[in-house]
Amino acid sequence: MLEITNLHATVGDREILKGLTLSVKAGEVAAIMGPNGAGKSTLAHVLAGREGYEVTQGSVSFDGQDLLALDPHERAAAGLFLGFQYPVEIPGVSNLLFLRTAMNAQRKLRGEPEISGADFMKRVREEAAVLGLDLEMLKRGVNVGFSGGEKKRNEAFQLGMLQPKFALLDETDSGLDIDALRIVSEGINRFRAPDRAVLLITHYQRLLDHVRPDVVHVLRAGRIIETGGPDLALRLEAEGYEGLAA
Amino acid sequence: MTALPTRKLEAWRYADLKAVEALWPPPPARLISVSAAATDSQLLRIDEGGIHDVRVELAGGARLQLVVVITSPTYARVSIEAHLKAGADLDLGGVLLGDGSTTIELVTDVRHIEPEATSRQRVRMVLDEQATGNFLGRIAVARDAQLTDAAQSARALVLKRTATANLKPELEIFADDVKCAHGCTVGELDKAALFYLQSRGIPPAEAEALLAQAFVADALDGIADTALREALDAETRGWLERRT
Repeated sequence: MLEITNLHATVGDREILKGLTLSVKAGEVAAIMGPNGAGKSTLAHVLAGREGYEVTQGSVSFDGQDLLALDPHERAAAGLFLGFQYPVEIPGVSNLLFLRTAMNAQRKLRGEPEISGADFMKRVREEAAVLGLDLEMLKRGVNVGFSGGEKKRNEAFQLGMLQPKFALLDETDSGLDIDALRIVSEGINRFRAPDRAVLLITHYQRLLDHVRPDVVHVLRAGRIIETGGPDLALRLEAEGYEGLAA
Repeated sequence: MTALPTRKLEAWRYADLKAVEALWPPPPARLISVSAAATDSQLLRIDEGGIHDVRVELAGGARLQLVVVITSPTYARVSIEAHLKAGADLDLGGVLLGDGSTTIELVTDVRHIEPEATSRQRVRMVLDEQATGNFLGRIAVARDAQLTDAAQSARALVLKRTATANLKPELEIFADDVKCAHGCTVGELDKAALFYLQSRGIPPAEAEALLAQAFVADALDGIADTALREALDAETRGWLERRT
């Protein structure tokens, strides 16, 4: 589903990704682990198309399309979802208006009809109930006044509403207490399906106790240096990243 | 007949003087007068070029809600001089939307001449391309106007760096027991917010319009008449989407 080949990317003058190659298959839950500064968040931003992250070499194919040729909103419509490490607060734009605008913009780009107001609210109620989000809260500005945990739950809520093909989740577990971690993890587990894939970017084993990955990749100094099963995450937790050759 | 203004006059320093010359002399000031303890609301909708002088007279305890929306593609100026008697209340919302190479300006002079009057000014401008938006806002509190409560907030959003915003607050206070608050900001759209919206599938132009709409909404928030507020909201949205 996602094929990254020899990806090089710079931020400003610094090269952060140095020949990263990675493949994620449909139905797979993959985790990327790595020390601070390895390039994990840079990878997430490059894949989502953030300004200021320049690809200098390599290719990314998503469902057979050249991902890097698409604008950020086109990547979303193609089925890519980035769960932000630090979700942004947007005063004056309500969560619901934002989400409905996003859903309809995606549908428009895919040539599908708009969602009706009634269907939209039905879906909102279902997803909000699962994630324990207050409907009143969703009428307020996007993430405005939300705690760190509520922001991450809101990301999981958007994931559930938008139903992308591929969820790229950047440090979804940071800032979550145990209960919130369990709720968000359930959101991710519910998302798992044979025609979808998840790429979890994380520092710690903690999230992987709740969302069991099929594959674990280790990112260090801008490249994938090791790939293994779930046990690799446990080994890293015990031995640290130092034991791995860069 | 008053003489043609020059750049030396503070109230005209950012005006498009060529356009002013063509429009001179302006029509006489329009009077909005609210009698003692009465309440009124007025909308001033300026979608074509012109110079508009407005004189507001609020008698004791009178209340006025005044909304000014300027979207003219050519030079337009609204100048408001308001006189507030004891306990009067003025709520002024201003929305200036400019694109192309237009200059649009709002000049206010809110005079608290007697005690315990209140005034609120909220001005939001969105400027694109080579447009210039000006707000010269003055609050004057007379010696006798104790317990005045005056507030002014002016914010400009510059969509392109070729656009210009001039904001000049001016406070002249002769009484010693008053509250006068003012704040001015000029800024650009939050890049992080834009990316967040785009990453969820919203095209860049629509994302900009959504953020600009939220920015402007502040100025319209105080409008009690829901139908009017929604109409202005829709009009703003229309303007923002048209330019995309």
